[in-house]
Amino acid sequence: MSAKSETVAPDHVAAHPRAGQVRLALVAVALAGLLAAPMFLYPIFLMKLLAFALFASAFNLLLGYTGLLSFGHAAFFGGAAYFTAHAVKVWGWPPEAGILLGVAGAAALGLVIGAIAIRRQGIYFAMITLALSQMFFFFCLQAPFTHGEDGIQSVPRGHLFGLIDLSQTLNMYYFVLAVFVIGLLVIRRFVNSPFGMILKSIRENEQRAISLGYSVQRYKLGAFVMSAALAGLAGGVKALIFQFATLTDVTWQMSGEVILMTLLGGIGTLLGPIVGAGLVVSLQNFLATSDFPVTIITGVVFMICVLLFRRGLVGEFFASKIGKRLGFRAES
Amino acid sequence: MVMIFGIPVQALMGQLLVGLINGSFYALLSLGLAVIFGLLRVINFAHGAQYMLGAFTALLLLTVGGINYWLALLLAPVIVGVLAAVVERTMLSRLYKLDHLYGLLFTFGLALAIEGTFRYFFGASGKPYAPPAQLTGAVNLGFMFLPIYRGWVVLASLAICIAVWLLIEKTKLGAYLRAATENPVLVQAFGVNVPLLLTLTYALGAGLAGFAGVLAAPVYQVSPLMGSNLIIIVFAVVVVGGMGSILGAIVTGYMLGVVEGLTKVFYPEASNIVIFVIMAIVLILRPAGLFGKEA
Repeated sequence: MSAKSETVAPDHVAAHPRAGQVRLALVAVALAGLLAAPMFLYPIFLMKLLAFALFASAFNLLLGYTGLLSFGHAAFFGGAAYFTAHAVKVWGWPPEAGILLGVAGAAALGLVIGAIAIRRQGIYFAMITLALSQMFFFFCLQAPFTHGEDGIQSVPRGHLFGLIDLSQTLNMYYFVLAVFVIGLLVIRRFVNSPFGMILKSIRENEQRAISLGYSVQRYKLGAFVMSAALAGLAGGVKALIFQFATLTDVTWQMSGEVILMTLLGGIGTLLGPIVGAGLVVSLQNFLATSDFPVTIITGVVFMICVLLFRRGLVGEFFASKIGKRLGFRAES
Repeated sequence: MVMIFGIPVQALMGQLLVGLINGSFYALLSLGLAVIFGLLRVINFAHGAQYMLGAFTALLLLTVGGINYWLALLLAPVIVGVLAAVVERTMLSRLYKLDHLYGLLFTFGLALAIEGTFRYFFGASGKPYAPPAQLTGAVNLGFMFLPIYRGWVVLASLAICIAVWLLIEKTKLGAYLRAATENPVLVQAFGVNVPLLLTLTYALGAGLAGFAGVLAAPVYQVSPLMGSNLIIIVFAVVVVGGMGSILGAIVTGYMLGVVEGLTKVFYPEASNIVIFVIMAIVLILRPAGLFGKEA
C-alpha cells in the first residue's frame, strides 16, 4: 500500500561505493549489542521486545510486501501462544516441539482465515480478517482448553532439546535471540525469493500480475500462511517467555498494536517493524506504572503517523540523504 | 404453555425482541458506515466511538445541563456530527487521495484516542441512563410483555433508516450525493461544492451513530467501550450486506440481529459468533455480499 500512494523521487544521491560494508558493519554492531544487552537491561523486557519485533516483522511480510492489511493477526499470535502453552504444560512436550505446534497451528488457522479473506480486496480484506479474528477470540473465550478469562498459567519453560535449561533467564534470552535472528533470516530469504518478487508485483499492480499468468490468489494465500506461521512463532515464544497465554493476545487491540508498530517503524522495510516494536514496547513499559492509559497515546501516534509520516521512522531515514548514501532502499 | 419447536413462545418472542433491538442498532450503524463509505471511500472505524460519544453526550447533557432525553435525542447527534465535521475538515480530508486503507488506519487511531480519553475520565464501568418517563413500563401483547422503551427503539430506528433512505434516494441533495459517488470530478465541474458535500456526509454518518448512541443509552449502560465491540460486528454486517446499497445495509442489519436473537434460543453457545459464521458463508458463496455488486 505504501508504494502505490507515495511516489518516491528518483534517487539523486548515489550510494557510496563502500556502503555495503558499512551496512554489514552496522548489522554486526546491532547483533553484538543484542548479545551484550542482557547485562544492561532487564532480560524479560528484552525478550518481550524481540518477540514483538518478530511478530511485527511477520505482519509486515503481508502488509509491506504483499500490500494486504490484515486486521486479525492477533489470532495467529495469541492462538499459537495457547497451542504452545497447552502442549508444554498439559501434554508435557519439550519447548521446541511446543513452539513448532504453535507455528503449525497458526499456519493452519492462517490457511482457513486467509482462504476466506482473500475473496475480497483492500478495505474489505481488512474488515474480514478483523471479523474472523474476533470470531476466534470468542472461540478462545469459550473453549475449555484456554481456561477462559484465567488463561493458561505457570507454563514450564522446560529443557531445550533436553539439554539447555530454559528456566535460567540468560539461556532463555539467547534462545529467544536465536529464534528472532532465524525468523528474520527466513523473512529476508522469503522476501528476496522469486516468490517474494511475485508478491511485490501483486502489490504494485494486481491486474497486471494476473494478466502475466500468475495465479494471484494462490500467491496471496501463500504469503498469508507464511505470515501467520511466523506470527505464530513469535506467539509461541512469547508464551514461554511469560509462562502464560491469555485472552489479551487474541484481542483486536493486539491486532491494532502490531499494525502501529509496523506503521511507526516503516511499512515495507525489514528494519522498520523492529524499530517500531522497540518503541511501542518501551512506551508501554514506561507507562505501565502511571495510570495514564496507553490507548490515548497509541491512538494519537496512529493519527500522526498516518497524517504526517506514512513512510515511518525507518522509511524516512532511508529516504533521507544519509540513508541513500548508505545505499538503503525501502521495499528491498 | 404454548411451545414452538420445543421452546416456550415467551422465550422465543423475548429473544426475537432482543434480536430486533440489536438489529436496530446494527441497521443504524451499518447505514451510517455505508453512507460514509459510499462517498468518502473511508471505512469509518471511529463509528463505534461516535456511537459511544452520542450516549455520553446524552448522559452529560442530563447530569450537567439537566437536559432531558428528548432534547438530547436531537442535540447529541448534532454535537457528534459537528465534531466529526471538524475532524473531517482538518485531518481526514487530507487522506482522500491516498490508498483507502489510510482512512481506515486514521479512524482506528481516532477511535482509540477517543475511547482512551473517556476511559481515563469516566472509568471503564457502565453508567445507567434512565429512559424518559413517557416510555417506561410495559404493555401486555397477550403472548408477551413488551417494555415500551424497547418498542420505541425499534420504531425510532426504523423511522430514521427510512428517512435517510428517502433523503438519499428522493431529494435533490441525495441526488448530488449519489452523483458525486459516481463521479466527483464531473459533479464539481457542474458547480457543486463537493468538498462541502463530503464534510456533510461524514457529519451525517457520525450523527447517525450519535443518534444510535442516545437510543442505546437506556437499553445498555453508557460506557467508554460500548462501541468498540459493537463496531466489529457491524463490520461483519456490512460485509454480509455488501457496501453497495443503502437499503441492503438496513435490511441486513435487522436480519442479522434477529438471527442472532434466535441463535440465543436454539444454540446459545454460538450466539457470539453466528454473525461471523454467516459472514464467512456469504463470502464463500457470494463474495460481493447479499446486496453488493461485483466490483
